[in-house]
Amino acid sequence: MGKKYSFEQRKYVIGGVAIAIVAIYILRLLSLQLLSDDYRLRADSNAFRKDITYPSRGLITDRKGRLMVYNEPSYNIMVTMQEQHGIDTLDFCQTVGITKEEYVARMAEIKDPKKNPSYSRHTPQLFMSQIPAEEFSVLREKLFRFRGFTIEKRSIRKYATGMAAHILGDVAEVGPADIEEDDYYRAGDYIGKLGIERSYEKQLRGEKGIHIMLRDVHGKTQGRYMDGKYDHEPVPGRNLTLGIDRDLQALAERLLEGKLGAIVAIEPKTGEILCMASSPTYDPRDMVGRERGEHQQALMSNPMRPLLNRAIMGTYPPGSTFKPTQGLIGLQEGIIAPTTAFPCSHGFNYKGLHLGCHGHGSPISLIPALGTSCNAYFCWNLLRMFGNRQKFATTHDAMTRWKDHLVAMGFGYKLGVDLPGEKRGMIPNADYYDKAYKGAWNALTVISISIGQGEVLATPLQIANLCATIANRGWYYTPHVVKAIQGERLAPEYTTKHKTAVDARYYPYIIAGMRRAVLSGTCTDARIPGYEVCGKTGTAQNRGQDHSAFMGFAPMDNPRIAVAVYVENGGFGAHYGVPLGQLIMEQYLNGHLSSWSEAKARTFQNRRISYGSYAR
Amino acid sequence: MQSRSNFNPLPHVDGVVIALFVVLLVCGWLSVCGASHEFGDTDFFSWGSRTGKQLAWIGLSVALGATILMLDDRYLDTFADFFYWTMMLVLLVTPFIAHDIKGSRSWISLGPVSLQPAEFAKCATALAVAKLINQYDFSLDKRDNLLRAAGMVLLPFALIVLQKETGSALVYLAFFLMFYREGMPGCILFVALSAVIYFVVGIRYSLTPLPLTTSDVGEFTVLLLIWLFTVGMLRIYCPKEPEHARRLLLIGALWHIGLYLVSAFIVPFDIAWGQLLWLLFVVCYLAFFWLGTRLQRYLLIALFAMGSATFLYLSDYGLNHVLKPYQRDRICVLLGTVEDRDLGYNVNQSKIAIGSGGLMGKGFMKGTQTKLNYVPEQDTDFIFCTVGEEEGFVGSTVVLLLFLGLILRLLYLAERQPTTFGRVFGYCVLSILLFHVFINIGMVTGLAPVIGIPLPFFSYGGSSLWGFTLLLFTFLRIDAGSKRR
Repeated sequence: MGKKYSFEQRKYVIGGVAIAIVAIYILRLLSLQLLSDDYRLRADSNAFRKDITYPSRGLITDRKGRLMVYNEPSYNIMVTMQEQHGIDTLDFCQTVGITKEEYVARMAEIKDPKKNPSYSRHTPQLFMSQIPAEEFSVLREKLFRFRGFTIEKRSIRKYATGMAAHILGDVAEVGPADIEEDDYYRAGDYIGKLGIERSYEKQLRGEKGIHIMLRDVHGKTQGRYMDGKYDHEPVPGRNLTLGIDRDLQALAERLLEGKLGAIVAIEPKTGEILCMASSPTYDPRDMVGRERGEHQQALMSNPMRPLLNRAIMGTYPPGSTFKPTQGLIGLQEGIIAPTTAFPCSHGFNYKGLHLGCHGHGSPISLIPALGTSCNAYFCWNLLRMFGNRQKFATTHDAMTRWKDHLVAMGFGYKLGVDLPGEKRGMIPNADYYDKAYKGAWNALTVISISIGQGEVLATPLQIANLCATIANRGWYYTPHVVKAIQGERLAPEYTTKHKTAVDARYYPYIIAGMRRAVLSGTCTDARIPGYEVCGKTGTAQNRGQDHSAFMGFAPMDNPRIAVAVYVENGGFGAHYGVPLGQLIMEQYLNGHLSSWSEAKARTFQNRRISYGSYAR
Repeated sequence: MQSRSNFNPLPHVDGVVIALFVVLLVCGWLSVCGASHEFGDTDFFSWGSRTGKQLAWIGLSVALGATILMLDDRYLDTFADFFYWTMMLVLLVTPFIAHDIKGSRSWISLGPVSLQPAEFAKCATALAVAKLINQYDFSLDKRDNLLRAAGMVLLPFALIVLQKETGSALVYLAFFLMFYREGMPGCILFVALSAVIYFVVGIRYSLTPLPLTTSDVGEFTVLLLIWLFTVGMLRIYCPKEPEHARRLLLIGALWHIGLYLVSAFIVPFDIAWGQLLWLLFVVCYLAFFWLGTRLQRYLLIALFAMGSATFLYLSDYGLNHVLKPYQRDRICVLLGTVEDRDLGYNVNQSKIAIGSGGLMGKGFMKGTQTKLNYVPEQDTDFIFCTVGEEEGFVGSTVVLLLFLGLILRLLYLAERQPTTFGRVFGYCVLSILLFHVFINIGMVTGLAPVIGIPLPFFSYGGSSLWGFTLLLFTFLRIDAGSKRR
């Protein structure tokens, strides 16, 4: 029957071919299905359309619950290219208030893959953002005529007042870097850019709601993925209560009008910032909506640098407001006793070095030295300390101890306030001088640091914090703007007490000195009837006119407010620092200004300092 | 010999094939469920749905299989020619009575159902070819016999091409695998295979420059292969004179190295010209020995070398001037020389569907690519996507192994046939099955060009299912019948 078996061996070839084909295909499946995640991701991006519902951003109120920042609905016009055809373009342009050319340009921009990488014909693309409610109502009437155009409801930030721009900050559309950093954000989302909008972004933003919809090949929705198992509703952002007192903030900003400078007030027992004004400032209401970019450009090119929050970003020589720290270090290190007196003959004279002072009795002890702000006293103090070979083996060691004390008081490093952009100021250390003077330096070389001049730099916030520390007799909470977060504890760094390295028993001498300054010394204008005010002026030398500084707290026992005022080129501390500080304290302690003080406030509000072309 | 009525074939039917057939049918139907329904839609048994209809087709095909098993296999031999010529007639008239479906005229409507005669012609052709080869003293290593057999296969091929169903027509090339088993010289398959290699390599790398020369990698590689294949054939077919092959290999290697060094260090030039010169020398060398010895194999090998080189340059011409634009584009997209979103779309979505399945798949009725209609033709030609997406690597591997199991079992059964008729028919069945699996799964995984042929037992539709049922059960009946003796 069967004839040819000679070719029977070929069955192995044929069987081998079949096995080889199946083996190759299994390897191919291996590489497609197991070796790459790429296909799964592409399948997901094919099939899932994520419908986002935006949460409302948290509200911001002052310490008394008065609204400062809230939301108002705004509308984005979206366009779905595939559905958009045959509309009356002219009518559309008129309705939304753009020209035909702008319309064409915007359409081209949307389709440009370079400018709009996530472009798809099937999904709504942003055409125009932030249409205010009143303009929207006109559009809504006609919307049915404009096929392919849809509305997405969003909200914009509204500010109750024009104040506190530096604290509140603003929100703006996310940039590519933000998206890169945090995959919560998608193009077109808003993010806090400045102020607490930025530092409390995570609390304020809430959580976007998401509905995962299935999208078929034609872009049509085919119901919810897994019947909504992975969907969730938006969670509104948390509301913030600020430590800021709206009235106090308003006064501080008024007083700084026409001047460069900053006022910071802190509640000593909590570290809450009661007001923080920086001048010049701007109106936060200009920083929302479609005009934001334009306004921001103008602010950025302004030579007075209104975007700079001088309270935390301006670093100034603290001048005589620094002297209390020197007294405290001297007492703690046993260099001086409260009764120790040093000579002052119109200044400090030693080995040919003269550092001037104004006329007062000599010799002088600690408390009157603070009261009259004697330069010589604190120079002697530093000279004694750096030259004390019983306590310190070298000047180097003494310098290090000196620096450590100041760091413990909050100088030289960022305090850690809950606002972005804080500067650390400058407290020189021994290595710094070794480098600057190639090792050849001594106490005399650096003597001006003892009176808050020379290399020492501090932010107004650091000065206010020093004042709060003295008011507290040796401790502070890190100053913070936000007093409470709805449904969440404050970050632990704002509820942890920081103690200085100076014993509490030395503080009363310094406080006595500061009280004496108010009663009979350099800042008698700081007096407030009914309260025991303590204060310290500062007149910081600088290239131009001296800076006028002041720090003070009240009442002396159980203090409620500590304030620092710094007015650039304001002259003597008593010129601007003292009266402004006095007004701030009075306003806060009494809740209002007396009519006499009100008149004074108006005078200072209208007083201008001429800065010429110079601007810090 | 037992009388017809006394012989019951059922106990002799091969259980393994029946089991694999049933498992594949079940898997196939479940895949149609996955491919033709949307999320949450579980109306599988409704008469109006694709799955309901497919269930009817499956029921009818089981009935068809059972009927075939009841028939007397001895009539198959007798009526083979009648079946064959009847089918050829049907194929011939089909384009005239068929409706135009997507440019193809291959479907005949019979009331509510449409059938594709091409699917049934496979069985008729297999029977007729088996009968032809079964003749006494018929051997495929004789040229006349081979031409007759090839003619019987190429006739339906040509008729189906006329229906503009190139995919279905190409299936008839599978018969050449059976011819090979039955004695067709292996060099024919080798020549065909080398043509495919020349074509793919030549086109795929035609734009890649060869470093330090002005040639392209495609042309260079193909000319290199022609020389190596020629030397290889010389070594195999002229085993008594191994010095020819050795000599051509050695001199050729030196020549190629020399060409490359000249181009690299003296002056860069298109070394394909040097290679052509070398092939000319090889041809002359072979012609010289042919004239000297009068051994025809020298001439044939020389012709192979010349034909290969001609093919290389003709294929380029053919691609650009002979093939229809859409065919050329399909080939170019497959070879990766053209990046086209629309043409690559089907295969791309198909790869996404399979690739997104992962190890275990997304689960039955949970594939997003197929449920949301991203894959075109997803319950017919691209049905394997559903398997890949919903059942993952494990599921698709199992399906591939089921097919392999069926093919190897058929191979085993074919080899045990006592008659050439049975063996040839068995080989026809397994070759057609292998070709379908090879092309279809290659297509959906992006390894083979998009040739629209269905995946046996899986793709939705009655004609394909019935066609394969017919082939499989006819062979099972022949196999069972052989137990009679």
